[in-house]
Amino acid sequence: MATSFTRMMSGRNTAVVLASIGAGTLASGYLLSDSAAAAERKRAYPPSADFPDLRKHNNCMASALTPTIYAHLRDKTTPNNWTLDQCIQTGVDNPGHPFIKTVGMVAGDEESYEVFAELFDPVIKDRHNGYDPRTMKHPTDLDASKITSGMFDERYVLSSRVRTGRSIRGLSLPPACTRSERREVERVVVTALSGLKGDLAGRYYSLGEMSEREQQQLIDEHFLFDKPVSPLLTAAGMARDWPDARGIWHNNEKNFLIWINEEDHTRIISMEKGGNMKRVFERFCRGLKQVEQLIQERGWEFMWNERLGYILTCPSNLGTGLRAGVHIRLPFLSRDPRFKKILENLRLQKRGTGGVDTAATGDTFDISNLDRLGKSEVELVQLVVDGVNYLTECEKRLERGQDIKIPSPVPQFRK
Amino acid sequence: MPFGNTHNNFKLNYKVEEEYPDLTKHNNHMAKVLTKELYGKLRDKQTPSGFTVDDVIQTGVDNPGHPFIMTVGCVAGDEESYEVFKDLFDPVISDRHGGYKPSDKHKTDLNFENLKGGDDLDPNYVLSSRVRTGRSIKGLTLPPHTSRGERRLIERLSVEALTSLDGEFKGKYYPLKSMTDAEQEQLINDHFLFDKPVSPLLTCAGMARDWPDARGIWHNDNKTFLVWVNEEDHLRVISMQQGGNMREVFRRFCVGLQRIEEIFKKHNHGFMWNEHLGYILTCPSNLGTGLRGGVHVKLPKLSTHPKFEEILTRLRLQKRGTGGVDTASVGGVFDISNADRLGSSEVEQVQLVVDGVKLMIEMEKKLEKGEAIDSMIPAQK
Repeated sequence: MATSFTRMMSGRNTAVVLASIGAGTLASGYLLSDSAAAAERKRAYPPSADFPDLRKHNNCMASALTPTIYAHLRDKTTPNNWTLDQCIQTGVDNPGHPFIKTVGMVAGDEESYEVFAELFDPVIKDRHNGYDPRTMKHPTDLDASKITSGMFDERYVLSSRVRTGRSIRGLSLPPACTRSERREVERVVVTALSGLKGDLAGRYYSLGEMSEREQQQLIDEHFLFDKPVSPLLTAAGMARDWPDARGIWHNNEKNFLIWINEEDHTRIISMEKGGNMKRVFERFCRGLKQVEQLIQERGWEFMWNERLGYILTCPSNLGTGLRAGVHIRLPFLSRDPRFKKILENLRLQKRGTGGVDTAATGDTFDISNLDRLGKSEVELVQLVVDGVNYLTECEKRLERGQDIKIPSPVPQFRK
Repeated sequence: MPFGNTHNNFKLNYKVEEEYPDLTKHNNHMAKVLTKELYGKLRDKQTPSGFTVDDVIQTGVDNPGHPFIMTVGCVAGDEESYEVFKDLFDPVISDRHGGYKPSDKHKTDLNFENLKGGDDLDPNYVLSSRVRTGRSIKGLTLPPHTSRGERRLIERLSVEALTSLDGEFKGKYYPLKSMTDAEQEQLINDHFLFDKPVSPLLTCAGMARDWPDARGIWHNDNKTFLVWVNEEDHLRVISMQQGGNMREVFRRFCVGLQRIEEIFKKHNHGFMWNEHLGYILTCPSNLGTGLRGGVHVKLPKLSTHPKFEEILTRLRLQKRGTGGVDTASVGGVFDISNADRLGSSEVEQVQLVVDGVKLMIEMEKKLEKGEAIDSMIPAQK
């Protein structure tokens, strides 16, 4: 297994082969080891000397990381030479907030979730409501025809959107990728996208080469993403070499959009004004399947396995990586003291209309699914559909002076 | 250990042109020097502690710079960086330090008695005087590269050395992470406290990792001698006081530094120094003396004179706002300090500040009386 032959194969082929046969930990032995001096340096600092001070920290990594786990994992590397310290750096540098529990660690490549499973698994369990990657399987279902009642009341719902992420198997993830890997991601994805036809046909705008006019246009359409400023992302190294190999692709109809090399290799977004969530999801699934086919034609595939579903940079996005949501006006309901509990039981979350970490303006909220892992795409979108319909009902009842009820909690995982 | 770069051997599977950064929009010393060929030559090298060329240049790649301000764009991760990557560092150093050649030797002179004058800068104009430098502990890696264990060792060694000082140097250490609110308030009011770096020049080089672990401030009871531990360098040593007695500030600076160095040497941890580059620090701009000696001085008239910039250049001085680097001046008060670091000694650099500031105060006084200063403009030093 660990031979110079495997090393001589092209980077992509080797990585794809190793990853798909789950040979991450076996392969890590074949790497050129540190020079003797660097190895000695490591021995001079036992794991206890390097263990981070997490006493003031409130994130999933800090809750799960013990000195024992750290000692087991500190000197391990993935086949791409990614280490535990690099996974957790963002969580060490960002102690978090007493009210908001961030994840506090990222993956540098597909193998990270395997090599550092001793830490990732409890973090995943914490973040995803008890989902146990060791014993449970994640269902994938992109059949949009199964969605029912997916048309919302447009007096309340202003827009509908579904997003997810996909990673290209064999290439490192944004915290770890080299410039050439990042450029390869761009090449692979842009080539595939140019094969889309009909209502999905579109074009690519590279961030570095965009004209002023194009930039302004994309900002006005709410498509443009900016260099990350959140320390959660910058401390994980995701903003390196900006804007090299970053860009935005969208179809001519401007309702199917892909971000390249932002927080993940790709972020895929389907959106439109109004309340036709079913159509948004239908286009989402169709587009995803076509993109997957186009990259497969050239010998590439998405990172996926049956324990964790789609593999993405942040453990919070594992599984479906899916956030389906609406911008909805709820002037009465948002002032009702039961609003929070209703959302909680429906497994929904609210955000401001600027996205994560923004506040709501006026009475308009971004309402979307909380869960990502353990339920399929169809299940999650149906959950959002049912939930938004319920919220709209509550709003109408409160308008009419009628009372509302807190719904019973949605069950967690399938038995 | 910045990101994505420890898998250097893995990167070698990709061709040079695939990995070479896009520097077409960049304006920093590193971008001017790093050709594709040079990158290709250096990319398979590592220092003994594992620092690579991508680690060196990441901050320069991420921060294209400004058309008017030329930043350095590269950092060292350890003493050996300057040797292993000399094909990159030498031209950067030459560009930054006025043509300093790889064969040049740097003079170190911390004998404060060699300074002439400096005790009589007019206190009506000079509000405060300050001299700072940095020191790195030999055998340990630098802030862009240190692990937590190493950084804590640097803190331990530094605190041990500093707490053994006595006399005018007797003082106390305040670790950043266990400071009380009252202590923090006091240190802010004294203008001593340093904050987590926000400048992307520093954060992209990995210097803010694990903040505030193993960072702290030590100062003497008199509050005239101050040491920052594990900020941009292992140690930043600062001597300062109100008023214009630069001579006294420099005396205390030299004496304090020498005492600290003695203690470190006794424990077999000297400072990083060699006869070509002088004191080795994280940023190439601080090589040599690492010394910035300066004053806060009121020059409302002179600063608006059309020849102000030229006068400063000829005197080998630079101006900053009173908030430090990258700030603007407030109320005609400027931070005036030496521009050079490498190729001249500590005494020589502080002498330039003392003489230059004296001359500028004379000019200010002349301008106050409505007289011209053209005859006073000096030749290039």
